Amino acid sequence: MSEDTTAPRPYTLVAELTYRCPLRCPYCSNPTDWARRDDALTTEDWLRIFREAEDLGVVQLNLTGGEPLVRDDLEQLVEGARALDLYTNLITSAIPLTRARLAGLAARGLNNVQISIQDVTRDASDRIAGLASFDRKLEAARWVKELGLPLTVNTVLHRDNLDRVVEVVALAETLSADRLELANTQYLGWALRNRAQLLPTREQLAGAREVARAARTRLKGRMEVLFVTPDYYAEFPKSCMDGWGRRFLVVSPDGLVLPCHVAHTLPGLTFDNAKTASLGDIWRGSPALNAFRGEAWMPEPCRSCDRRTLDFGGCRCQAYHLTGDAAATDPVCSLSPHHGVIDAAVAAAPGATPRAFEYRAR
Amino acid sequence: MISAGTRPRLAAKARLRWDRKAERWMLLYPERGLVLNPTAADVVQLCTGEHTVDAIVEKLAEKYTTQTRDALEQEILTFLGRLAERGLVSDHGE
Repeated sequence: MSEDTTAPRPYTLVAELTYRCPLRCPYCSNPTDWARRDDALTTEDWLRIFREAEDLGVVQLNLTGGEPLVRDDLEQLVEGARALDLYTNLITSAIPLTRARLAGLAARGLNNVQISIQDVTRDASDRIAGLASFDRKLEAARWVKELGLPLTVNTVLHRDNLDRVVEVVALAETLSADRLELANTQYLGWALRNRAQLLPTREQLAGAREVARAARTRLKGRMEVLFVTPDYYAEFPKSCMDGWGRRFLVVSPDGLVLPCHVAHTLPGLTFDNAKTASLGDIWRGSPALNAFRGEAWMPEPCRSCDRRTLDFGGCRCQAYHLTGDAAATDPVCSLSPHHGVIDAAVAAAPGATPRAFEYRAR
Repeated sequence: MISAGTRPRLAAKARLRWDRKAERWMLLYPERGLVLNPTAADVVQLCTGEHTVDAIVEKLAEKYTTQTRDALEQEILTFLGRLAERGLVSDHGE
């Protein structure tokens, strides 16, 4: 969404309304210590945060979690977002949803509903979710379309479902989804704990990528098909969050203003809280948000690399969790001196002895 | 396929929004946004399903007089083609 300026301006506010969730997916992107973090923000806090975010330039609002529907003030929040002319996207497991509640949210100005579907069969999907949920998800997806709302289907991809991407596309078509996100697992948080069970083979990925490419061409104009890069298998890192503190603002349930969902797991950075300061002051002045902006922090090989303006050195959280240094080049980069840890994980995983998932704690 | 007789209508997922930070129009849709130039913003506002592309060109030709009508029509067809590829406009038919 940005083309003409390099100055940090947030376009998207990711509002993590709660970390509570009925599902227990073993690749959940919430921090592994989520249960120790309270839902500290009131309705008034969130409405103020939306206003301050819009004032900074935010035009897109993702209401997410955890499961945002567990908050009973969601209706007020959607109404507040609508008054600010924000494009509001509800990112949900769909489990606590009723048709009446969805109709109420639509009437209050909700713009898009994104439902996670873990796999294409009841057994496989429920196994990942840790809850009998597949049938309810499909029912909720039908309500979305019946009520005239756009539908995004999000399926996180990993070893156990990467061979069924054809069926995932077919399911999304059956549901008349407007957008399908085929999101390869990002190995942080719970997914890093379960990495050995989740990492696919290169052959699986190549097959899935081809299926996604063909679907994108075939469904052009009807369904947008997104294939989120599996960065462990890529030559270069992703431009994580479009760069640290550059285009995205994340506010956690406990009020921390973050550049991404898991930055509060990095040591040595103190993130400011939206309860005690304005978003504008935090966006501009937070030492933690400024820590990895620009290029001054970059080590070699990033510092002299032509790609530094494309990928911003990759993911800081991945760098920390895999090398112990948040300022290191993202080790998924083939130029990183630490790239061996990725090669080793990829080489070892498909042959790993099957173990049970470590499910996200309830 | 967008042609002169198409009656383009903006998709439910797309919303036009004035970006007061940068003083320009944006077309927002899930997780994305397109920055629009003034002509494109005018076109989107006419994508109600009532007007044919031909009628839209006619209306805007009065406003954008520095361009020839042919050049304007080409610009509008190209722009609407891009929107259609992203599922942001569809043909509302006769």
